[in-house]
Amino acid sequence: MMDNTTNSVQTMAEMTQNGVSPEVLFWVGCAGSFDDRSKKITKAFVELLQSANVSFAVLGPEESCTGDPAKRSGNEFLFQMQASTNIEVLNGYQVKKIVTACPHCFNTLKNEYPQLGGQYEVLHHTQFLYQLIEEGRLKIDSKTEYKGKKITFHDPCYLGRANKEYDAPRALIKKLNAELVEMKSCKEKGLCCGAGGAQMFKDAEKGDKEINIERTEQALETNSEIIAAGCPFCNTMLHDGVTNKEKESKVAVLDISQLLAQTESL
Amino acid sequence: MSNVIFTIIFFVAIGLFIRNTRRIIRNIKLGRKSDRSDQKIKRWKHMIRVALGQSKMTVRPIAGLLHIIVYVGFIVINIELLEIVLDGFLGTHRVLSPYLGTTYDVLIATFEIFAFLVIIAVTVFWLRRNAMRIRRFWKPEIKGWPKKDADYILYIELVLMFLFLTMNASDNWLQQHPDGQSYYTQVGHFPISSWITPIFDGMSYAAVVSIERTSWWLHIIGILAFLNYLYYSKHLHILLAFPNTFYANLNPLGKFSHSEAVADEVKLMLDPSADPYASTPVENEQQSFGAADVKDLNWVQLMNAYSCTECGRCTDVCPANQTGKKLSPRKIMMDTRDRLEQAGKQLDQGLEMDNNTLLDNYISREELWACTTCNACVEACPISIDPLSIIMDMRQYLVLEQSSAPTELNAMMTNIENNGAPWPFNQQDRLNWSKE
Repeated sequence: MMDNTTNSVQTMAEMTQNGVSPEVLFWVGCAGSFDDRSKKITKAFVELLQSANVSFAVLGPEESCTGDPAKRSGNEFLFQMQASTNIEVLNGYQVKKIVTACPHCFNTLKNEYPQLGGQYEVLHHTQFLYQLIEEGRLKIDSKTEYKGKKITFHDPCYLGRANKEYDAPRALIKKLNAELVEMKSCKEKGLCCGAGGAQMFKDAEKGDKEINIERTEQALETNSEIIAAGCPFCNTMLHDGVTNKEKESKVAVLDISQLLAQTESL
Repeated sequence: MSNVIFTIIFFVAIGLFIRNTRRIIRNIKLGRKSDRSDQKIKRWKHMIRVALGQSKMTVRPIAGLLHIIVYVGFIVINIELLEIVLDGFLGTHRVLSPYLGTTYDVLIATFEIFAFLVIIAVTVFWLRRNAMRIRRFWKPEIKGWPKKDADYILYIELVLMFLFLTMNASDNWLQQHPDGQSYYTQVGHFPISSWITPIFDGMSYAAVVSIERTSWWLHIIGILAFLNYLYYSKHLHILLAFPNTFYANLNPLGKFSHSEAVADEVKLMLDPSADPYASTPVENEQQSFGAADVKDLNWVQLMNAYSCTECGRCTDVCPANQTGKKLSPRKIMMDTRDRLEQAGKQLDQGLEMDNNTLLDNYISREELWACTTCNACVEACPISIDPLSIIMDMRQYLVLEQSSAPTELNAMMTNIENNGAPWPFNQQDRLNWSKE
């Protein structure tokens, strides 16, 4: 990772002070800010934004949880408190366009903020990256190290079923000239990783298996070398699953931005 | 004489059906309001595609194809019902045949072919339920009445189709008989029942007439009885699938319902100048947050419960259920209907609703907390039922009215309140990743 470049990431506050209005706000999210695995996704995505010369800013200390886990837990009150506070900040900076690497933040900002006064164009990072490539702003070396490698994609529930975006992440994998292989349940039928609905933050109810193990088994059945994810929570769940199956030396769980960042010709 | 008897039976059956329909509507109206009067064109299109066009049934091709056969067969054969009812009222026999000419022959032949296809499809359905170990047909919530209900429906359909074909077969035999020429005029074309006709050879004219008449009567009485069986059965979906898809939630599945009542409270919290007495709408005052019982759910959710035909596609794709947890989205819908029926019965008897609630007496907390909100159940439902919205409303009740979320979730929510993240990290450190 090119750690030194992320140093130059600017906040909305700094940009506004300099009288600059960025093209897009990068909503980092809690996982992307604090979780070690997810921070790598954040950095990879920033690297791609910088290489495509996208003018972007983050909120930094002014960002706060979107309220997704509170709402899915049933705490509508806490959700709306979080949303109202965030909307005040976003509207204060007159933010128009938001991109995020977390499908939960993406869904909440896109679908649940408008009713509370937050109207933005919200994109998942795979959608934004695909646009950048199509516009020729982000260049991918087609002779990548992934050429011919088997990659399977795990649909995040809040990107797929919740918002019907199945194509953008797959289109990016194809840009890597990799062989995209589908799991037995994918797209509309994609199996959850087990983290949604605030399950990430609690133990599962009694059952005979963990959901992430079930999903990991489906992924391993494809004999892929890489399990591509588009959500920091899925990423963690599947990584835990692969570790549980003692396959971590053979199968990598990586976000699509990480796959792209490793190939892109800087 | 027979037309008098028929008229009485017919109107009693229709009367009972109307009474049951009114009960269902009354029960559905016990739910809260939910405005679904928007996007009329989109709603019509959704209904035509999903209910009329069966678009989601074919996601599972075998069950989907068989279902389409039974569904189209049901509609097509019901055209013949028009003539049967007219004959019943007028005391006539095949009253429409003189007016339709060869079209009549084609219609009768079509009905027969469909009746035959329905028999095959229903037999396969029975085998799938009883001989093959298809997982979703053997789940705990299907034991007892639901299993019997499913089988009864198949038996009734089989019997009705056999009666229809026997009626035609004996009619065909009588048409050939010299004594029958005046009454049983030569009409219709019988590609299927003509295979049955030879079994009447050797019988007396009178015996075959009584077979024909008995089949005719049992067939129409059977259909009227089946119409009234719907109220007690999961088979209500044949009617409710249409309003159910029309009034379905058309938003992206990730957009969960918004609470105006909470929005009012939040406004008060965040705006110090707001007048707490002026801005709280009276309407919201008696309402609790979320749902503990059927009256706290909205009418669409209650209609969903009546529409559910317990196919179990939702439960089959539920990640919690697949991994052995207690949660089954189908059970959520079945429990909601059972509780609503219970509440409705008390109303019928002029009683107050008892102290039972959907929460705890029917649906356990363990089930509710096992949901990952992945929307697989909602996506899988062939008629746009939304079990997830009920789970979410009940979670909302648990958290906002009872403060009884699992401990770890309370910790997560406390973190969000204190430091704006589900983990105990300082909000000021949110940009630290850029310097690491």
